[in-house]
Parts: sequence; structure tokens; C-alpha cells
Amino acid sequence: MLITITYEGTNTQQLGYLLHKNPYAAQEFSLTFGKAYVFYPEVSDERTTAALLLDINSLDLAKGKENSSNTGLFDYVNDRPYTSNSFMSVALNRVLGTAMKGRCDKNQALADTPLDLTANVYMLRCENDELPKSIFEPLGYMVIIERKLLDDRFPEWGDSPYIDLTIKGRVKLSELLNHLYVTIPVFDGNKHYFIDESEIEKLFSHGGDWLKTHPYRETITKGYFNNIRSITKSALGIISEDNDTEQPKQKPLDTERLDTITQAVLDSGAKSVLDLGCGEGKYVARLLNEPQISRITAADVSVKALEAAKNRIDKMTQRQKDRVEFIQASAICRDRRFEGHDCCLLIEVIEHIDEDMLPVMERVVFELAKPKTVIVTTPNLEYNANYEFLNEGELRHSDHRFEWNRVEFRSWTEKISEKYGYKVRITGIGNEDEIYGAPTQMGVFEL
Amino acid sequence: MRIEIPQLSLVALVGASASGKTTFAHKYFKPTEVLSSDFFRGMVGDDEADQSVTDSAFDLLFKAAEIRLSLGRLTVIDATNLQKNSRKSILELAKRQNVHSAVIVLDTTLKALLERNAQQGEKAVPEGVIRRHFEQLKGTVRSLKKEGFRYVFVVGEDDADYVEIVRTKLWNDKRDEHGPFDIIGDVHGCFDELAELLRKLGYVETDAGFAHPEGRKAVFLGDLCDRGTQNLQVLKTVMAMFKSGNALAVPGNHDVKLVKYLFGKPVTIANGLENTVAEIDGESRETKYEIRDFLDGLISHYVLDEGRLVVSHAGIKQEYIGRASAAVRDFCIYGDVDGSRDEEGMPVRRDWAADYRGNAVIVYGHTPVIEVRNRNNTFCIDTGCVFGGSLTALRYPEMETVSVAAKAVYSEPARPFKDAANGDDIPAAEELLGKLRIETGIIPTITVQEQNTAAAFEAMSRFAADPRWLIYLPPTMSPCETSSEENYLEYPTEAFAYYRKNGVKKVVCEKKHMGSRAVVVLCRNEETAKKRFSVDDGSRGIIYTRTGRRFFDNRDIERTILDCFERVLETTNFWDDFSTDWVCLDTELMPWSEKAQGLIREQYAATGHAAVHSLNAVTECLKKACDRGCTQKTEHSTDIAKLLEKFSHKADAAEGFVKAYGEYCWKVDSVDDIRIAPFHILACEGQVFTDKAHRWHMENIERYIVGIDDIFVKTPHIYVDTEDEESIAAGIDWWKNVTGNGGEGMVVKPENYTSFNGKKLLQPAVKCRGREYLRIIYGSEYLDSENLSRLKHRSLKRKRNLALKEFALGVEALSRFVKKEPLYRVYQCAFGVLAMESEPTDPRL
Repeated sequence: MLITITYEGTNTQQLGYLLHKNPYAAQEFSLTFGKAYVFYPEVSDERTTAALLLDINSLDLAKGKENSSNTGLFDYVNDRPYTSNSFMSVALNRVLGTAMKGRCDKNQALADTPLDLTANVYMLRCENDELPKSIFEPLGYMVIIERKLLDDRFPEWGDSPYIDLTIKGRVKLSELLNHLYVTIPVFDGNKHYFIDESEIEKLFSHGGDWLKTHPYRETITKGYFNNIRSITKSALGIISEDNDTEQPKQKPLDTERLDTITQAVLDSGAKSVLDLGCGEGKYVARLLNEPQISRITAADVSVKALEAAKNRIDKMTQRQKDRVEFIQASAICRDRRFEGHDCCLLIEVIEHIDEDMLPVMERVVFELAKPKTVIVTTPNLEYNANYEFLNEGELRHSDHRFEWNRVEFRSWTEKISEKYGYKVRITGIGNEDEIYGAPTQMGVFEL
Repeated sequence: MRIEIPQLSLVALVGASASGKTTFAHKYFKPTEVLSSDFFRGMVGDDEADQSVTDSAFDLLFKAAEIRLSLGRLTVIDATNLQKNSRKSILELAKRQNVHSAVIVLDTTLKALLERNAQQGEKAVPEGVIRRHFEQLKGTVRSLKKEGFRYVFVVGEDDADYVEIVRTKLWNDKRDEHGPFDIIGDVHGCFDELAELLRKLGYVETDAGFAHPEGRKAVFLGDLCDRGTQNLQVLKTVMAMFKSGNALAVPGNHDVKLVKYLFGKPVTIANGLENTVAEIDGESRETKYEIRDFLDGLISHYVLDEGRLVVSHAGIKQEYIGRASAAVRDFCIYGDVDGSRDEEGMPVRRDWAADYRGNAVIVYGHTPVIEVRNRNNTFCIDTGCVFGGSLTALRYPEMETVSVAAKAVYSEPARPFKDAANGDDIPAAEELLGKLRIETGIIPTITVQEQNTAAAFEAMSRFAADPRWLIYLPPTMSPCETSSEENYLEYPTEAFAYYRKNGVKKVVCEKKHMGSRAVVVLCRNEETAKKRFSVDDGSRGIIYTRTGRRFFDNRDIERTILDCFERVLETTNFWDDFSTDWVCLDTELMPWSEKAQGLIREQYAATGHAAVHSLNAVTECLKKACDRGCTQKTEHSTDIAKLLEKFSHKADAAEGFVKAYGEYCWKVDSVDDIRIAPFHILACEGQVFTDKAHRWHMENIERYIVGIDDIFVKTPHIYVDTEDEESIAAGIDWWKNVTGNGGEGMVVKPENYTSFNGKKLLQPAVKCRGREYLRIIYGSEYLDSENLSRLKHRSLKRKRNLALKEFALGVEALSRFVKKEPLYRVYQCAFGVLAMESEPTDPRL
């Protein structure tokens, strides 16, 4: 909603020339999403401050999007009009575009000179106190952040997710504007427009040289593209093409899990497989390449996941595709379609089921479907200690209802074996940690 | 000539071309019953005589025949059927559909055939064909019985015009017997117990066994003999009762084995047969033959009381009821077996009852269970008397059970009594997915679209609480029509007008508490939870949200609250006064922040915080600029003072918004900080209270729940007469009062829980929300006249339509549960509500 730029020094009224905006008037500009205003709260020899103010109507944002979700970008109750976000970047480009390009007809020399500039960015979404420093200090700024309680009446709700950010440094005005243009959406992480490859161009024209050498270029690039992996990857490819260093390759956990489980399926002698909770079909695609497997039933509760799984195998041959059937199904609903398979896969599924509903899943799989082999994998809670990105007690995924340590998993498998007459073998998948064990635990049940 | 065929059978006509089959068929059967090959040739190939499409024509003919038979319709196949192969397909179809097969041969002389063919003009076939057909037929007639046709009739040339077709009832069809019955489980030679049971049921001993003075009939479910010690006595008694018309009986696997033995066929004398054999061997030949013929003549199952009751020894699949075939007989006697055996060498019995979805009550025995096992309209009443359990009778139509304990353990069971593998307490995917049609008492049929069931299926699977608890989900609620008052989006006038317009004079206005909807299901104790809800994890109830999710992740909190409820209901004598040991309540649970914590923090508080702080900074900057007097005129210049005014106004609105949501939040350290306002007593054992007026609900809640424990609070309410201006004015004042401090608003309901205007179902409630409160729905600045006029264009139609359907489904779920219908029938309704909710609607309504 609001950012201000302050120029300190002598003859600072010149900021008006640099911005191409008259310090003695309040000016209004129309944008597609609302109005922008530029005015100067302070003008003097030593110190001049310009403000860029946006007025966005949340009803306009929601227009035509009546069914936006509760926390959607386009709800009537929406932080967009009040925070610093991609709308602000667009406004900077539209309203202060010439200054951003570094052009100043009245005083080009001043535009080319580093000046003592301060920017105040109000209500910038940023939950990590270190991030602003990481991003702005390498660019030569001093960084001050101010964070308040989310709601004074409810201190238990904790801090606000927004900060007021002040950066102060000796830089060219155009540099400052470009820094803001690129980084504001990185903090906010929620661009209001559709991002495609053309966005890469924009990043280069505004990111220019400074981004290439920035130690946090990956973080910035990723955030700039709303964490869309494919675009980030191609952008980073261009950014770091000159310092491409060979990294020792370690098999990612996902791949290792895929290999181990596929082998376990093949070893069981299974010809038909039920992939219960197939998700986006990674295992289906893999198993379709195994001639031993003549029939796969890929089941998931999510229609969206099933669509993605179908897309994944779209390029396979018709004969491969004929071997798989996709069904919407649930591990806690009885289902005749589950019957008649040699092997049932429950890969990273059980931790998504409420613990009190687990007995139902057990009956559906081990008592009613009763395949010869059941393969279950689930995270090993102990191993989480090795993940820096996890806070104490935090699980690997927000939808995980539980994660088990090795003792808990073992006792569960033993209970199942006894109750339903299966023999079980437990192994770990992934790099074995001396203290905490492997990241994933696998139980192979055989009748 | 008299031709007797069963009512439901597959009839093949056999005869040469030109033998008059079609004429015959149409003379003696309904046109729709006759499937003619000529007709199907015409249908697929436009020419009835085109032999090149014969295969395709028969594909379709057989498909049609299969469907007709599966629907229980007699079907006649009008084709030459001279090839053994074509008759084989007919026999296979009859077998597949478990119907009798009959064949009617038209035995025409060659001379007549040739004459008739010659008269057919263009349609005539070459003479050689007729001669060949004639020869084929001659060789066929004798072998038809051997091929497997149950009934074979040969109609000679002269008889064809004088045939009488008589359709007979199947032996198992006793629809015209209406009982009352006393259905008795596996006796296995336990005569003492049988005699005691019969006496307990009111039977008296007569010369012909036992008889009931009121004419009740005993129905024996088979396995009369073996394992016990008085087998002969039991057989003689049942036989006597059967012959005197005091009993019906179906055969069990043990009885069938005894018949084999008595016919002198090789059988292994084990599993209790040795006892029977020892008793019977000393009997006279006449007695032995009498027993043999009695047991051999028993019909595998009976369809009784207009099809409402079916009895058999081992149960029956839905599609087998009223059918007759070896497969049906085997199923009725041996159950759902496929020859596989378990580790103890016992046949593996599949649980057909879990899949049964029929309306007929099926009563059976065969599998010993500790207690009568009632699943999906089926009752297994073999309570294992011979194994030391008890002998049980089910009284029909009373559906009461009467038992007599075994006097001894006569035989050790090979496996412990336990419920066979089943899953009928787990919903089945096929009952939930696809397009659902649900019949309700309020709206005859509600259709739920496939995309909605798909969405609900995912939501239910991932988030919902145990389906066994979900006996109700509340409907969505529409707001009143948009207000014509300036400065208001919603105002009570419209709510009152809606009901007045629809003939409702009295309405109740209940304060909206601005918490979260919470449905409470509470059992008096864990025993009830187990018995009535089949939940045996030690819980005594549940509190769940309007989307069927458990309200509290923390089970201790839930438990504590349920305990509070229980204590209060115990104190007020609710359980006894309502003669129930469970209850389902509709409540509002506060604070809102308890459930909506995430939403409030991430959306409301965050937006409010950002708005207040940004706008403060903005107004400060604008003030400074104003003080400087930035008034030069340029191309884009604007009035800074007006700008300041505008943004100051926004800042005030933001403060109002923050104030509004804050009203509904408070910190919860323990259960003591929670408040619950019950507003409907939905149901308890035997009763659904949706036929009671809201006044009844309010009064009983105040009498039985509120006022003892601080956690339970009243719902302030007033009654308004929609035809009395004064009363309406009072209602409006009351609403203003309730919403003045940011209160959420009120709910206006018709006096009666369920109200109609003629045939039109009315909204069970409409809400009228407060002016300040609506900021948190429509944004802090919604009252700006420009915004408000835009917001006033909103359509309630879809929301109201959903509200009615969901209301009907919710009430239906409760009534099905109260009627003790199977889980899937109850759950389907609750699931339907959730599916309806996946229909996109404006979330702000």
C-alpha cells in the first residue's frame, strides 16, 4: 500500500527531478487494479521524502471470482490492498518507470551518482527476521526491521507476519528502485498475475548484474517466480551459466525409495499391484516399465492426483497404459476393486490417516483385500533431527497426522502381523544415520 | 394340451423354419416376453431375413434376455434353436440367472412345413432348408431333457391351437403366508432346549408336536440334527409340526448330509453325524424313509410375507431370492463358500451379509455367533446352542428375540465363535461414489451429482471423523433477502417478510452466538457407544463440526466436555425422562477462535493488522504533505485534503474491522473458557425431534441442560408475530440490540421445525447478520455507499436450494439411525450433505 523514499544530503529537492514527479503536487495515476498516488510528505534542502501510495479495492479484486477460497488471493477480506506486494512492484514500474531505468533529462549526472537513500516499505510479508539482511546487506544497505504483535489483545497469537522494512544505503536511485521491484514480491511470495517464461526477461532487465553475483540469487529467483520450479530452473540456468560447478551427486531420497520399493515388489513375485494412495503416479509409471507386472490398479482419494497420474503416463505405449486402471478410492472405505491383487502398496500413505481411523485401513487392506504382499512405508520421526528446515516437533508435511519413531512403527507392524496372519520384514530406506536410523521406514508384509 | 412352466423361467421354442413358432409365441405369451431372432436381425441389420447378421442379432437378443431375467421377467426365445450349441447358450443363461429352463418343441409334419413355407411368398426359404430342419428336429427331441432342460413339452401339429399355458409359482414362493412366525436357529439335536424355547414362545404340546394357540408358525432354519444328543426326537417333532402345518423348515448342510446317508450314498460319518446315525440306525425302515423324504423334500429358502421376509439356512444373496437353481440351493445350504479352507481346515465363508442391500429381512443360521448378528437387514440367529451357547428364536414381525440357554456343551466348536470377516461397519466406496439418489421423508428424491460425491469422498476420507458417529450433519443457512434499507446489507424486515409471505405467522428469533457449529453425540456410557454406535474404543461420544470433522484434536478436551454433558443430563434426569441412553444435540461452541484459529490469524487478524498499520502510516504521511500544502496543479494532480479524508475514513473502517473480529475471540486455557449453547435436541433412542416446535427445543434445553454447569449457556430468543407490526418492530429492536456491539446477528426460524407452504418446503431458518459483523465477511470498507450498492446484487437462490436439500438429508440421516437402519444407509445421508456443500456457492452468504 505504501512505500516512501527519502533522499538525504544537500539540495535534496532534486529527488523530484529524479522521480519525474513534482514535489509540490499530489498526483494520481490510474492502474488496472486501482489508483496510485505520489506525494511528498517532506521537502527540504537536507531531506526529501516521496511516497508512493496504492489504493486497491478488494471488491474489484474479487470481481468475477466469487468462489475464491477462504484464504484466497481474491477474497473480500484480503491483505492485498494493505501490504507491499507484487501490485507495488507493478506500480513502481508504471509510475516511476523512467527513474527506474536511470534516466533523468534534467540531471543525468545525479541519476548516475550513488546517493544517500532510504526506503521504507510498509507491511511487507516476511516471517524470517534474517532474510531482509541476507538480501539487502550484500547490496550495500543497512537494514532495520520493525515487527509488532499480530493483535495486542491476543499476545498468544504471536507476532505479525508483516514487517515495516527500512533500508538505507549509498546507491543510485535506479538501483534502489530495481532492488525493490525485484525483492518485494520475493518476500511476499504471492504474485497476483500469471507467471510464465516471459517473466524471466523482466527479472533480467531489473535484476541485471547485481543478481548474478548475489549470494542469495537462488532464494531471490525462486521467490520471484512464486516457487514455480520449472521457470526458476531455467532462469537460474541462465544466471549461473558461467559459474556452473560440478556437484557430487547423491541419490535423492525419492529415487532411492522408488528403487527399493520397486525391487521389493518384484522380489515378492507379484504380477498384479494395487497402489493405494498412488498420488501423482510415480510408482505406477515405474512399475509399468517392469514386464513382471501385468496389472496395476492405481487408487487415490483425490481426483486431481489421479488426473496428474494419468498425465504422467500419457506418453507411454497403449499396451502399457492398458495395464493400469485408475480409480478414485480410499484406504478407509471398503472396496471390492481392491480384491484380487498380489501386492498392495501403501507408500507414504498411513501418516495421512488419523490415528483413530488406522484400524479401519488395516481391516480394508489386511482383512478384506488381503493381498499376498503389502508394502508400507512411512517417515522415521527420529530422522527429522537431521532436517534443519524442521522446527522442534514439526512434522515433515502439514497433512501428516503422525510420524512414528522406529519402535512405534515396529510395534504397529507386529500388531498387524499377529492380527491378520502376515509375516513382516522391516528395513530402512535412504542414508542410514548412526543415531537416528534411515529417513524412511519400510515394512514388507507377506501372507 | 396343458403346459406348466414356472412363473419365472426362460422358455426356448424349438422348431423348423415355418413351423409356426412366431404365431405360437404371440398366441400364448405377451408380445414383450417374446424375443425373436428375426426381429433382432431386423434391428441390427434392417432385414429380418439377412442371415449374415445372425451373430450380432443373437448377441443383442441374449443381452436383452439376460436383462429381462435379472429383473425377474419370464422370457421366450423365438428362434429355430435346432443346433445343440444355440440351446447350450440358452441353458447357460438360465443357469447364470438361476431360473428354470423350459423348452417347447413344435413338432410339425414335413408336409405341413412345406405347405406353409410355400405360402410365405417372398419370405419362403429354399425347400432343402426345411427338409434339413425337419431331420435335425427329429434327432433332437429325445435328448432335450438330457441336455439339461428342466421342462420339455412337445406340441404336435394338431395341438398347437389348443394349448393352455399355466404359470406356476415356485416352491419357494410363500409370499401369501404372512405369519406371524417364530423363526428358530440351528437346533442340532438339542431337544430339551427346543421344547423349552417353544413353550417360552407360547406353544403347547399336542399330538402333532407343538402348536401355538394363536396360530403362529415356527420356521426352522435347518441343521436340525447332528452333534446333539436327541437328534431323533428333534427330527420327529419338527416333522410332526411341519405336517400339521404348524411349522415351515428349510434344509441345512447337516440335514442334506443325513439325506445322502439315508439314500445309501457314501458320506464321511463325522462332525456329529455319528450321533444321529447311532440314534437312527435302530429305527424302523418306515421311520428312516419318512425322515429321508421329509428332509429331501425341503425347499432351500422361502420368500414370505409379500417378499418382506426371506429365510434360509446359510443366508442368501439378493439376486438369488426367489430364484431356483443348483447354485441358489447350494448357497442357501452351505453359504458363500468357494471351496477354499482356512488354516483350521474349515471352509472359508465369505460375508455375503456385509454386501446385502435389499429391503427384505433375511433370517438365517449356520454360522454360530455369540449374539444375534444384525447386519444390513439380515439376522443370523444361530447362537450355537449345541456348543453351549443358546437356542434363539426371532419373532416376526415383532423382530424380538427369545433365547434359551444351552443345558450343556454337547460339542466343542472347531473354531471360536466370532463374527466372520465382514466390513459392514465400514462404508463401501461403491455406495458413495458416482451419482447418488437418496430418498428422504421430506424431499422424495435428492440427486447428488457425481462431481460432488467425488469431492465429498476425498474430503470425508481425509478429514471426517469415524463414520459410525456421523448420524447427522447440519444444513447450510441462507441469509435473508438483501435489505432495501440504506446503509444495511441485511435487516430483519426481509426475514420476517419471507415467512409471512409463506403463511408462517409465528417465528422465533434466536441470537447467533458467533462461535462454531458443533454437533454433539453423547452416550450415557461406553457400553451404549459400543452397542448402539458399534464404537468400542472406549469413547462415549463425539463433538464434530458441520463438515463432520472432529471438533477437538485434543481428545482430552472432548472427553472433559462430554463428561460435563453427561453429569448435567444425569442430574436433570434427562436419560430417564426421555427413556434413552444416547442423545444428539445441535450446538454452537464458543469462542469462534477455538475452531477458526487458523482462519482468524491468517486471514482476519493478518488483514486487520496490515490494514491498521499501513493506513496509520498513510494518514501520517498524508497529513505531513497536507501541512506542506501540496496544491500545485499539474497534469495528474489531485486534491491532497480529499485524499487524507478518504484514507482517514479507511483507517476508521479498519479499526472497526479489527474490533469486530476481536469480539468473538478469547483465549482458551482450559475447558472452563469454553461456552456451549445447545439449540436443538435432535434425536435420542426411538425419537427424532424435528417434529417438535422450536419452543419445545428451547424449553427443554433450558430445563435439562442449561444452568447447572457454566459451560452451557442459553440462547437468547424472542417470538415474533409476522403479521403484527408492533411485534415486528420489537423484533427489529431486539436485533439491533443484539448486533449493536458487533454481535453476529440472529437466526429466524418458523415456529415449527419443519414448515411447508402448501407443498413447498420452507427454509428451516434464515440468518440476519449484524451491520458491524458483516465487515469481517465483506471487508472493512463494505459499507462505503459505492461498495454497498455493488454488494446488494447477490442471489440467494442456489444457497436456499442447497439449504433445503441438506436439511432433508440431515433429518433423514437421523431418522434412519433412529430406525436402526444399517450404517451405510445413515452415512449416505450425512455424506450427501457434505457432497452438497462441495457445490460452489458464494462463501459470503
